[in-house]
Amino acid sequence: MHTKTLLELVQGLRSGEFSSVELTQAFLNRIMQHQHLNAYITVTEEIALENAKAADIRLSNGKAELLTGIPIAQKDIFCTLDVKTTCGSKMLDNFTAPYNATVVEKLNQAGAVMLGKLNMDEFAMGSSNETSYYGVVKNPWNTNTVPGGSSGGSAAAVAARLAVCATGTDTGGSIRQPAALCGITGLKPTYGRVSRYGMIAYASSLDQGGPMTHSAEEAAVMLQTMAGFDEKDSTSVDCPVPDYRAGLNNSLAGLKIGLPKEFFGEGLNSEVASTLEIAINEYSKLGAEIKEISMPNLKLAIPAYYVIAPAECSANLSRFDGVRYGYRCENPVDLTDLYTRSRGEGFGKEVKRRILMGTYALSAGYYDAYYIKAQKVRRLISEDFKNALGEVDVIMGPVTPTTAFGIGEKIGNPIEMYLSDIYTIAINLAGVPAMSIPAGFVAGMPVGLQIIGNYFAEDRLLNIAHQYQQVTDWHQHTPKGFE
Amino acid sequence: MEWETVIGLEIHTQLATQSKIFSGAATAYGAEPNTQACAVDLGLPGVLPVLNEEAVHKAVIFGMAIEAEIAPYSVFARKNYFYPDLPKGYQISQFELPIVGNGHLDIEVDGVSKRIGITRAHLEEDAGKSLHEDFHGLTGIDLNRAGTPLLEIVSEPDMRSAKEAVAYMRKLHELVRYLDICDGNMQEGSFRCDANVSVRPKGQKEFGTRAEIKNINSFKFVEKAINHEIERQIELIENGGKVVQETRLYDSVKDETRSMRSKEEANDYRYFPDPDLLPVFISEEFKAVVKAQLPELPQAKKHRFKDQYALDEENAAILTYSCQLADYFEAVLKASGCEARLCANWITGDLSAALNKAGLEITDSPVSDERLAGLLARISDNTISGKIAKQVFEEMWQSTATADEIIAEKGLKQITDTGAIEAIIDKIIAANPGQVEQYRSGKDKVFAFFVGQVMKEMQGKANPAEVNKMLKVKLNQ
Repeated sequence: MHTKTLLELVQGLRSGEFSSVELTQAFLNRIMQHQHLNAYITVTEEIALENAKAADIRLSNGKAELLTGIPIAQKDIFCTLDVKTTCGSKMLDNFTAPYNATVVEKLNQAGAVMLGKLNMDEFAMGSSNETSYYGVVKNPWNTNTVPGGSSGGSAAAVAARLAVCATGTDTGGSIRQPAALCGITGLKPTYGRVSRYGMIAYASSLDQGGPMTHSAEEAAVMLQTMAGFDEKDSTSVDCPVPDYRAGLNNSLAGLKIGLPKEFFGEGLNSEVASTLEIAINEYSKLGAEIKEISMPNLKLAIPAYYVIAPAECSANLSRFDGVRYGYRCENPVDLTDLYTRSRGEGFGKEVKRRILMGTYALSAGYYDAYYIKAQKVRRLISEDFKNALGEVDVIMGPVTPTTAFGIGEKIGNPIEMYLSDIYTIAINLAGVPAMSIPAGFVAGMPVGLQIIGNYFAEDRLLNIAHQYQQVTDWHQHTPKGFE
Repeated sequence: MEWETVIGLEIHTQLATQSKIFSGAATAYGAEPNTQACAVDLGLPGVLPVLNEEAVHKAVIFGMAIEAEIAPYSVFARKNYFYPDLPKGYQISQFELPIVGNGHLDIEVDGVSKRIGITRAHLEEDAGKSLHEDFHGLTGIDLNRAGTPLLEIVSEPDMRSAKEAVAYMRKLHELVRYLDICDGNMQEGSFRCDANVSVRPKGQKEFGTRAEIKNINSFKFVEKAINHEIERQIELIENGGKVVQETRLYDSVKDETRSMRSKEEANDYRYFPDPDLLPVFISEEFKAVVKAQLPELPQAKKHRFKDQYALDEENAAILTYSCQLADYFEAVLKASGCEARLCANWITGDLSAALNKAGLEITDSPVSDERLAGLLARISDNTISGKIAKQVFEEMWQSTATADEIIAEKGLKQITDTGAIEAIIDKIIAANPGQVEQYRSGKDKVFAFFVGQVMKEMQGKANPAEVNKMLKVKLNQ
């Protein structure tokens, strides 16, 4: 059952070929069987089976939606009522939210079955899943390599078929980068398309939740449920959600694709580059026009991001102070001791590094030179996207400079680690939507192609990805040992 | 050397909205600790603030009332600091772009009018409360107040004495209650004041170094604390010392200010725009609507009361100090049809005294405007005397009966029957031949004795004017 696509599973459930309980049990068994991947922080077996039973009743009543009875998993950044939500941190190891995130609520309403909570970099800060308090997730394509991050648990679980699909969040590439490294499809929607309520904030102006699936078609189904205005999130946008599956089969004839020369220069692994060339050539065959473009400010994205994101995180993570919930140090002698030891012991190294960077950037005397300057750069980058997307319909490029790197390879060198997000970060700064789709392999490891579109053009991105997936089968490959 | 004092005030007013500024939790005062704090107020992971439009509306009302610039575009910012009763580790406030810009308020001290500049007023959320008693060496946190909307009103350093500062504070207090944007309850912390105080040699242009005095939450304390601080600073300088920029706390028990933290220890709040909230846009149309709905302001109302009702300055000032009192007065006036002065005297006199004694606001008065009007009408038409009216008023205070019911039940109706009065007068004259002799020999003062005796005999119910008239006739016969 686990090799079937989402829509095949829908068929199976509706025709009575198998029940949601059977399907869910099969996935729970697989999770147990492949625990060594460390994709899950919490497996919610009881809830999953309860959800499945309820879904079976709904299916028999004919009141099912597409996701009713489909076993999915949540990145552990989304608050789930009565289920531990850790955000990959020791700080929240004992935290159970008294409410559901809007995304969780919507997926529950649709009848999806929750298998559990997925591993991630601590507070979504990381590109390899190595910063998780719960240990690194292994890439199912080669368990000596990282799955990417921060949604590494989500990507590994979907790739290894330990969930039909999963939620992820993307602040600087955290959906797309692990999707690329694990050979699955990941979509970061336009900022404001998916509610952030209940999604533990890393950098509020950049964070966005989205689907992680095998195919664009599955992503369309999942996004349909996840997207929409939420009155609890002032930054969510009140504009109608289109039918994402309706345009999947539109022709790509005449589609203008822009390739920023800045994306294909130094730093990009040559084998990855040639793999992407073949993929882009596939689009020519589908009738698209390919054009080189220039986005001169892209090179400023990483420095701007590493001011803005840490600045926001330094305030967002202040609430973790050991006073009301979460980790509290033993026997604090006074208030300062309570704060410094609870935070010092509760947060990991990378989180502390970013809090310090952000605190520094916002400090009196540095604010203008760092934060304000970074915001100006951010505007320039947005302008680049606006200009480019006036010239072409979509932008394509790499997701990552290389395929998955080895566990332990970059964790000691933060700058090198930050550079692995060089192609994804600018998109968050601009707020536009982007996808990563499987586009081939280099030495047996998956390569992702990035497709970037205009604001709220998720339907167009899904159409473009789906058309590619109709003529290629990269998204259908399964890592050895997980067939 | 002659010294000049320079004072600027920062006043925090809690806006009287039903729910909090960024959440749906109630703002009512006095609930069980932490029963009015929702997930947003508790700063749980993942929650987001949503702006309460009513708070914005109230801030704009205030801005229009002080003739301030209303920012077409204002921004919420995070003010970062750690404190146990600040759940998020930052306070959502406004920094670079506040909603209300330059405005002013006119005060009057010793009959002289002065204009005080208001630099800005910005919206922010209140913090919770730390409770240090009853926890045996620990601290309790009550987050009911966390997220209550505040409008922080910052004045220019335009005040030159504690008296002026108090006049400004009173004027502002009166204004926010008029506008119905704050309940003004200082005991409950709805209206709180911090004062920036400095001194300089008279004639010097530059300001001296200022100290900020926190936590002065009554008019009395503001005056005392400021005067105390002025003395401290002058004494310090005259003894060769230097004022340091610092935050001082006023201790009302010891009547002194003491240092809380110096400038060096001051927090770097690392303000930056809150990415969870959109900027606030105020349109010209919205401003026009708010302006059209502004109530009559205290100054204008006072002038109108003087002109329209021929009230003296004192009565007009007292009656217009609160909008509710002014409304009460006008309602009594209308319902009773009495002279304005009679209504004013009763409201500022007996009614106010009774309210003060009971610790009640005019809105909680046991004697409604309608019932008081009923009483005053009976004074006007001579049914009862002013003296009897006081007795009836006391009865009304204790019951729900109307003045007419009490007058009828207790038989207090004034006796204007000349036959009955004449009979009593004759009796009194007959019984006091000595006094009659004195009066007739020119001792006019004895007349009061006769009036008193007659009134006593008639249990105060005789119409005093009638008694006077008839006594004069009889005694002069």
